[in-house]
Amino acid sequence: MEKRVFFKGWWLPALLVAPQLLISFVFFFYPSGQAIWNSLFLPDPFGLKTEFVGLDNFRFLLSDPYYLASFKTTVIFSTAVSVSSMALGLYLAALADRLIKGAGVYQTLLIWPYAIAPAIAGVLWLFMFNGNIGLASYYLKALGYEWNHTLKGDQAMFLVILASSWGRISYNFLFFLAGLQAIPKSIIEAAAIDGASFWKRFGTIVIPLLSPITFFLLVVNIVYAFFDTFGVIHTITSGGPEQSTTILVYKVFSDGFVSQDLGSSAAQSVILLVLVGILTVIQFKYIERKVHY
Amino acid sequence: MKHLKAIIASIALFAMFAGTSLQAKVEIQWWHAFGGRLGELLDEQVNKFNASQNKYTVVHTRKGNYSETLNAGIAAFRAGQHPNILMVFEVGTASLMAAKGAYVPMYQLMKDAGQSFNPKGFVSAVSGYYTTTDGKMLSMPYNSSTPVLWVNKDLMKKAGLDPEMDLSTWKRVGNALDAAKAKGIDMPFCTCWHSWVHLENFSAYHNIPFATKANGFAGLDTELSFNSPVHIKHIQTLGKWAQEGKFKYMGRRNEAGKNFRAGECMLMTESSAGYAGIKKEAKFEFGIRHLPYYGGTEAPQNTIIGGSSLWALSGKSKEENKATAAFLAFLSKTDIQAKWHQDTGYLGVTTAAAKKTKSSGFYKANPGTDLAGIQMMRNKVTQNSKGLRLGSFDQIRGIIDEEMEGVYNGSKTAQVALDNAVRRGNVLLRRFERANK
Repeated sequence: MEKRVFFKGWWLPALLVAPQLLISFVFFFYPSGQAIWNSLFLPDPFGLKTEFVGLDNFRFLLSDPYYLASFKTTVIFSTAVSVSSMALGLYLAALADRLIKGAGVYQTLLIWPYAIAPAIAGVLWLFMFNGNIGLASYYLKALGYEWNHTLKGDQAMFLVILASSWGRISYNFLFFLAGLQAIPKSIIEAAAIDGASFWKRFGTIVIPLLSPITFFLLVVNIVYAFFDTFGVIHTITSGGPEQSTTILVYKVFSDGFVSQDLGSSAAQSVILLVLVGILTVIQFKYIERKVHY
Repeated sequence: MKHLKAIIASIALFAMFAGTSLQAKVEIQWWHAFGGRLGELLDEQVNKFNASQNKYTVVHTRKGNYSETLNAGIAAFRAGQHPNILMVFEVGTASLMAAKGAYVPMYQLMKDAGQSFNPKGFVSAVSGYYTTTDGKMLSMPYNSSTPVLWVNKDLMKKAGLDPEMDLSTWKRVGNALDAAKAKGIDMPFCTCWHSWVHLENFSAYHNIPFATKANGFAGLDTELSFNSPVHIKHIQTLGKWAQEGKFKYMGRRNEAGKNFRAGECMLMTESSAGYAGIKKEAKFEFGIRHLPYYGGTEAPQNTIIGGSSLWALSGKSKEENKATAAFLAFLSKTDIQAKWHQDTGYLGVTTAAAKKTKSSGFYKANPGTDLAGIQMMRNKVTQNSKGLRLGSFDQIRGIIDEEMEGVYNGSKTAQVALDNAVRRGNVLLRRFERANK
């Protein structure tokens, strides 16, 4: 039976939730409301005049094949960023967890990239793969591989995934390491005595016990890939070539802040809002059931 | 004793200046997009103005590249935090023009401030870009350039070619590239600003419309038309060169300039204003040629400008507008303009500056630097070669960039790419028309 606390009266509970409500209102409901409102208008860039256009902004978007293609781009990008950064994070955490000497040093070094802002990370990777001065592109060329992410969509995609995942590996590493260290050694030792191999133990004990953390990281990483990566994309490819790296949130940014088409940008935000809402419901309704707490 | 006198005199002089500066100088803000060598030269102009009088102070701030500067200005305008003067590149001109109420037109600004200002002093091929159809100048031309062909003579020799060979047509350029490729030159051809050079200027140069309604000058209901057979032929040629490794695409803006200055690229199409950087960095003998054209057609028309003009934004006090007028009038002075032209490779935008440069013997000492001016003004302009006035053009350029990248990487034919670009661009033009009715 769950424990429940009941308050007498209404003012104390109201007071206690008031800060949270206020924050939600200021940072969520008010801007979302603004976005919904603005999505119905077609303003000029300077904000001198505006016209009510109803759902025309949405019609305009949904008839644009490049907008529809950016859904697919977003799925590929977010999946690749989440899966690769989580897999590598888990791998490194599993290694670091077994360290006996110098664990602190390794852990600190592995966490380090997380401190770098996405846009800066983007510039760093761009330098390495720059067609003029990049070290990586220079060596690739020496190996006979032509690198030109300004022209080749798959290379551009690879590069933005690499740059976006890099900092994320640290974050995932940190959580996985904490999760691994929270698993009682006695369970693993008992399994080892029963003759279970490393992989058997990893698959049947460690992974299930890590599932709450894995689920949490999945949600957080997808949100990251959806929303926080436009700095990386802006600095490396600006969404190109041929919009092959234009994910939904980058399109919101570039149509709104680069092209000054605020009506379309607001409509895209609304679509994104609905999409993330659905995604979150799915995650909590279906995936969370498989999680053991 | 003499020393003491000098010291006292200088202290007195200093006090005098300090005194005047206390009389609240009017300070105005200028947002621009120039860094590097151009930024230094711009800073020099501002300092000269600030030192030339004691009523006004101009403060300049770099806001990123052209697009970023325009966007920063627009965002600031919405927030009421905008500068007095905003640098807007030619692509943003139509957006500004349509935003009546966001700016004080140049002729109005000068009249209100009682500043003598002669719009006729500007070269018409340049000022026409920033003037309404009924002859009112809205913004002041600042830097204007036109694309030319840059030649690395050392690489030409390495390719077994005569560095002075005729490169006036694309066919001849093609032959030179074949020879270069055969001799193992890694980057025979590269280009900056590919839409500006190979579609926009290409159209004007061959006297074919880039868009209907006189390239947008005659109305907002203009439609793109750069998918004609001549356009397609040229873009297809570029695509073929890219596939054969003769043309290396380095990016949408002026990224290829680095490769040329480093001596990797043999022939490059780039703005005449590449001059400042190339002269400073190139460790090889370089030459400047006219932009090539397709033979068989008539002799080339004229090319159009790229660059920026300065807009006086609205909502400022009368005093500040006076300061803005004084500064802009100062910038249009002949010696300032002539120096700018000679230092940067931008065109001399006033007739007087062009004349002064010629009589000073600069063109003789620096062969090729006069080509851009000649190329711009070689013929009487037609409605295809006056320039472009298209709304949302920064976005449309983005679309053109994307589609042309598809041709270079071989995923599309020029026909498909240009048809796509026209169709997608027209959607934006209609949207712009609707928002600015």
